[in-house]
Amino acid sequence: MTSTLTSTDRYQAAYQERIAVGDQFSALREKAYRRFESVGFPVARKGNERWKYTNIAPIARAEYQISITADSSPTIDEIRSQLPFGDTWQTIAFVDGIFSEGLSTVGDGRPGVSIERLSATDSPLTSELGSIAQVDEDDGFGALNTAVFADGAVILLNGEIDAESPVHVLFVTTERSQPTMTSPRVLVIAEKFSKAVLIESHIGLESGVQFSNAVTEVAVGEGASLSHYRILEKGHESFHIGTTRVRQEKDSSYTSVSFAFGARIGRDDLHVLLDGPGSECTLNGLYMTSASDHLDNHISLTHAKPHATSKQLYKGILTGKSKAVFSGQVLVEKDAQKTYAVQRDMNLLLSDGAEVDTKPSLLIYADDVQCFHGAAAGEVDEDAIFYMLSRGLDRETASRILITAYADEIINHVETESLRAHLRKSVDKLLPVFHF
Amino acid sequence: MLEVSNLHASVADTEILKGLSLTVNPGEVHAVMGPNGGGKSTFANVLAGRPAYVVNSGSVNYFGEDLIAKTPDVRAKEGIFLAFQYPVELPGVRFWQFMKAAVDAKRKHAGEKELAVREFDNLWKEKATQVKIDPELISRSVNEGFSGGEKKRAEMLQLALLEPKLAILDETDSGLDVDALRTVATSVNELRSPDRSFLVVTHYQRLLNYLTPDFVHILVDGRIVESGGAELAVTVEDTGYDRFIKAGVS
Ligand SMILES: Nc1ncnc2c1ncn2[C@@H]1O[C@H](COP(=O)(O)OP(=O)(O)OP(=O)(O)O)[C@@H](O)[C@H]1O
Ligand SMILES: [Mg+2]
Repeated sequence: MTSTLTSTDRYQAAYQERIAVGDQFSALREKAYRRFESVGFPVARKGNERWKYTNIAPIARAEYQISITADSSPTIDEIRSQLPFGDTWQTIAFVDGIFSEGLSTVGDGRPGVSIERLSATDSPLTSELGSIAQVDEDDGFGALNTAVFADGAVILLNGEIDAESPVHVLFVTTERSQPTMTSPRVLVIAEKFSKAVLIESHIGLESGVQFSNAVTEVAVGEGASLSHYRILEKGHESFHIGTTRVRQEKDSSYTSVSFAFGARIGRDDLHVLLDGPGSECTLNGLYMTSASDHLDNHISLTHAKPHATSKQLYKGILTGKSKAVFSGQVLVEKDAQKTYAVQRDMNLLLSDGAEVDTKPSLLIYADDVQCFHGAAAGEVDEDAIFYMLSRGLDRETASRILITAYADEIINHVETESLRAHLRKSVDKLLPVFHF
Repeated sequence: MLEVSNLHASVADTEILKGLSLTVNPGEVHAVMGPNGGGKSTFANVLAGRPAYVVNSGSVNYFGEDLIAKTPDVRAKEGIFLAFQYPVELPGVRFWQFMKAAVDAKRKHAGEKELAVREFDNLWKEKATQVKIDPELISRSVNEGFSGGEKKRAEMLQLALLEPKLAILDETDSGLDVDALRTVATSVNELRSPDRSFLVVTHYQRLLNYLTPDFVHILVDGRIVESGGAELAVTVEDTGYDRFIKAGVS
C-alpha cells in the first residue's frame, strides 16, 4: 500500500480472525477482503461522482478497535429510554456489535416472521448474503463489512404482520475508551405476497468517536409489500457508512422512510433495483444536521422493467456549520417503458454556515416514460414568519411550529404510531438547536 | 385608542407614507380608500409591524403607548389584528393548533390561563359557525390550497377567535362573491363592539353599504387627503380619485 490513508492492512487481523472462526461465509469473506484490498477506501474524490461531495479521509485515517467483548457494555436499563422501542415490536438488538439478549425480544413464535442471528443460524437463506449487495461492485466499505462482520440479523418475512408489530433491528453503539468499528449486517427476505414493517436503527449513545459500517440487503419478492423505516442517530463525533441494497420483484412494493439526525460523517448509500414489472418504490427521507455534521444521502434507483413507479422525497433541515449532500441517480433502462419516476430534495437552511449540495439526476434510456426531478434549498419564508408573529406567536413558537410541520411531512409517512411518537420526540429534542 | 401623527415610513428605501395622520376612537369603524399604490397596505403593515416597513418619523400611539417600539407578536397580543390582503399558506401547520397557540399566547400575555383543549375546541366551533366557514376546510393546514375567498373567510375566523381591539382589514372584500361579501360584512357587524375598532381598507363602496363606517378617509400618495362620513365613499364611487390625486399633488 502506498498511502497510509488507504491502508487496508490494519483490518487484516480482524479478517483473519473471522476466517479462523470458519463460518459459512468464509468464501464470501475472502472475495470481499480481496476486493477491499484492491479498492481500499474511496478517498480519491476527483472524478468519482459517488464520493464527490463527501470526504471520508477522517474515517480512513482513524484506527479502531474491532473486536470487543461484551463486558463493558452498559446495562439495558441505562439505555432503553434513549432508544426507539415499542412493547409490541419484535426487536433483535446488538450493542457495540454484540448481540444483546436483554434488549432483544425475538423468538416469541409470532407467525409470519423469523429472525435469526447471522452468527447462529443454519438457515439456507444465508446463501443469499452478498447476492444483493455484491462485493465486486462495491467501492470499499461494503466489502470491508463483508470481510469482517461478526454478527447481524437474518430476517425472513413470510406472512402478514401489522404496522404496530414491526420487526426492529437495532444497532447501538456506546461510549468506549477508544474508537471502535462495528460492522452491522442485515439480510431481509420478504417472500412472495408477504407484508411487513421493518425498522432498522443505528443509534449512537457515545460522545467520542465510533464508526459503524453497515450493510443491509433486502429482497422483496413478487407481490410482497415491505415498509422499511431507517433511523440514524449518531453522536457529533461519530462516523456511519450505511450501504443498503434492495431488489424488488414483480408487483412488489417497497417503501423506505429514512431519518438521519446527525453524525460527524454519515452516509446513506441506498440503491433499489426495480427488477420486476409493476413494482412500486417510495423513498422518503428527513435529515437534520447541526454542529459540524456531514450527511450524505446517496440515493439511486434502477428501473430495469416496465410499468414500475418510483417516488422520492427527501427533506433536509440544516443548521450550524453542517453540510448535507443529496446525490444519486434514477436510471431508467431501455426496457423500462411506462416508468413513472419522481425525485425531489428540499432543504431548509437555518444558518449562514450550513451548506447543501443537492444533485438529483435522471438517466433515461427508455422513450415512453414520465420522469421528474427537482431540488430546492432556501431559508424560512419571512412572510410565513411575519404571518405567525402577527397572530401573537413569538419567534420561538413560530419557529417550533414551522420546523415541526416541515419534519412532519416525512414523519407522517411512517405507519407505526409508536415509531412516529419516537421520531417526534427526537425532533423535539433537536428544536433548541434548530430554530430561526 | 389609536393616534397616528405625521407618520413617514418607507419600504426598500422608498418613502411610501408621507405624513399620515389619523385618530381612531374605541368602537369606531374607519374605512380607508384610495388608488392603487397609494400606501394603504403599507399603512396596515406598519401598524402590524412588518419588518421590511421602516418608520422614519412621526408617531403611532396605541392606548397611550408607543406602538412602533413593540414587536409584531406583542402588538398582536395587545389587540392589533391584521387581516392580510394576501393571507400566507403554512403547509403542514394545522389550523386548529395554530389558532390554539395564538389564543394561548394572547391569554398568557394577559396573565390568563391557557385554554384546555375542550374549551378551545368549543370556542373554535362556535366561531367557525359564526363566520360560516366550512369545518372540512379548517381541518386542513393553514390556508393551504384555499381559494382566495376561503382565505378571506379564514382571516375572519382568526379575527373572531383573537377578539382584537383594533382589527385592520386589508381588502378583505376583494375577490369575494356576493354571498361571501355579505358573510364577511355580517361577521364584522357582529364583532363590532364599543371596545373594538375597525380600520377597513377597501376599494368598493359595496362593503361599506353593509358596514356603514363612521369615517371614510382617502389615502393618496402616502397621505390622507380627505376625510368624511359614509357619504364620501359614495362620492368616490361616482367621481373616482382624480380630484384627490390633484389635491395630493398640489
Ligand atoms: N416590499 C416592497 N418593496 C418595494 N416596494 C413596495 C413594497 N411594498 C410596497 N411597495 C410599494 O409601495 C407603494 C404602496 O404600496 P401599497 O401596497 O401600500 O399600496 P396600496 O394602497 O395597498 O395599493 P393596492 O390598492 O393596489 O393594494 C407601491 O408603489 C408599491 O409598489
Ligand atoms: Mg393594498
